[in-house]
Amino acid sequence: MAEHILLRHRDIPDIDQLAVYRKHGGFEAFKAAVTGKTPQEVVDIVKAAGLRGRGGAGFPAGVKWGFLSANVFPRYVVANADESEPGTFKDRELLERNPYQFLEGVAICCYAAQAETAYVYCRGEFWDLAHELERKIEALHDADLLGERIFGTNFNLNIYVHLGAGAYICGEETALLESLEGKLGQPRLRPPFPAAEGLYAKPTVVNNVETLTNLPPILAHGTDWYRSIGTEKSPGPKIFCLSGHVEKPGNYELPLGTTFRELIFEHGGGIAGGRAIKAILPAGASAPLLPATDEVLDTPMDYESVPKVGSQLGSASVIVMDETVDIAWLSQKTTNFFKHESCGKCTPCREGTYWMNNILTRINQGHAKAEDIDLLESVARGMTGKCLCALGEFSVMPVLSGLDLFRSDFESHIGDGR
Amino acid sequence: MLAEKHRSEIDALLAKYPADQSRSAVLPLLYLAQHEYGSITDEAIDEIAELVGINPTQVASLVGFYTLFHESEGGRYRIQICTDLPCALRGAVTFAQELCAQLGIRMGETTSDGLITVEEVKCLAACDRAPMFQLQDDEGIHYHEHQTVESAMALIEMLRKRHSDG
Repeated sequence: MAEHILLRHRDIPDIDQLAVYRKHGGFEAFKAAVTGKTPQEVVDIVKAAGLRGRGGAGFPAGVKWGFLSANVFPRYVVANADESEPGTFKDRELLERNPYQFLEGVAICCYAAQAETAYVYCRGEFWDLAHELERKIEALHDADLLGERIFGTNFNLNIYVHLGAGAYICGEETALLESLEGKLGQPRLRPPFPAAEGLYAKPTVVNNVETLTNLPPILAHGTDWYRSIGTEKSPGPKIFCLSGHVEKPGNYELPLGTTFRELIFEHGGGIAGGRAIKAILPAGASAPLLPATDEVLDTPMDYESVPKVGSQLGSASVIVMDETVDIAWLSQKTTNFFKHESCGKCTPCREGTYWMNNILTRINQGHAKAEDIDLLESVARGMTGKCLCALGEFSVMPVLSGLDLFRSDFESHIGDGR
Repeated sequence: MLAEKHRSEIDALLAKYPADQSRSAVLPLLYLAQHEYGSITDEAIDEIAELVGINPTQVASLVGFYTLFHESEGGRYRIQICTDLPCALRGAVTFAQELCAQLGIRMGETTSDGLITVEEVKCLAACDRAPMFQLQDDEGIHYHEHQTVESAMALIEMLRKRHSDG
């Protein structure tokens, strides 16, 4: 892509200043929507553009907005800035470097959803950027782009920043809403979904930072332009977070449908030290491992193609492992993460992650018997499909795929069980 | 008392949420208390419970659930190193071990001058700039990326100097 659509700060210096952002067309899309379109027209444009949620699930954003309970007010928009998936660091760059495009996206979403209050739920560790974001919001009030009767219409809007306090599970949208209500961040039973009963039991839209940042360009340039990027079913640009054993880790904005090979070898400079690539986690810790075969490397990274080779695109946090990585060690790392982050509400996840972590510790310390590998597999399969939310379901994926693809890595640790 | 010393800040926090939803302000108030007292004290829990109109037990459960709140005082500065998978692939575990060795402490311990606590934490969304850590102090949380043991020790010396200069 010649020019960035999301990471525009890489092309335009100081775009984090409101005057610079406005000089480059900033808030024109919001103004055109509020003064010239009905909320339903904005929803229809986003549906037609085919924008899919960038937080991981890939659900069409306009469709999600369409589920809001009719004629129930007030409504809320919540921006999910609880970016915590291992290997994911895109929202942070957007919030730090191109904050006004994100905030304009929040404003457009609020107009479409007919919400007059939005909360940006930032993970607590984003302390510095959250405080800076509050100053950016103040600047929007000073410029009459937020507040009462915006552009002389009847539309009022306030955006507030809310800090979480260190809990991965709050990235799950119903746990996030619980946390925002001042409660433990534990997922809710669904239905009802947030569009019917979300924040304070009112109709609520929860969208990821990157999803919202796509809105101003969609409204400014139109659906045909947007659909000319990416694939038919996965349109638009995506920020791929590349980490692990590559020469040049970082965020890369590329069309959906770019292959793993292009991301890792052209943009990421290939594997550090000239070693061979062994495996890829395409969606952080939250999807099955992929072996680095030619078939996988040539797979387009979009929401349809990655499942065809056995994994998920998720938030597109691509972690690359070279030939030196022991998959038993990797499984312990991801399992320990999920054990630490399990909210404790449902038994399969709370107990399952604990026991998987115990068995993997035993394996990695060389104290396991051969049967322990079968036991690990049995615990993981026992959890599958039984957890209250995706966290528990995700936790078994690196383990089961690791056992499936690289079982000898586990077997090589087996001692005599003492 | 928080309510007396920080009245205007507390009012501003409560104003962000609907009048009948002041419980939403409980995490922001816990941050305020932690920065005031250095950790979340029993008194702070009682004060916050009263401010938002919930039971102290409910406030205490939040302190246990959310990792950024501390019930006991550690060092004045907490160096929290991410050793999760992506950072570990880029040398964070070795970095953490060497930094602890330089400081003469084990992971999770505090230096003898009571200033520096080193801890391991989960992913901080900075995987492309590992090794990295966040520094938690009385005022907030700041990221330090692309770290080496030398750069981390230089920062620690700066913190020690700042402390001895009062």
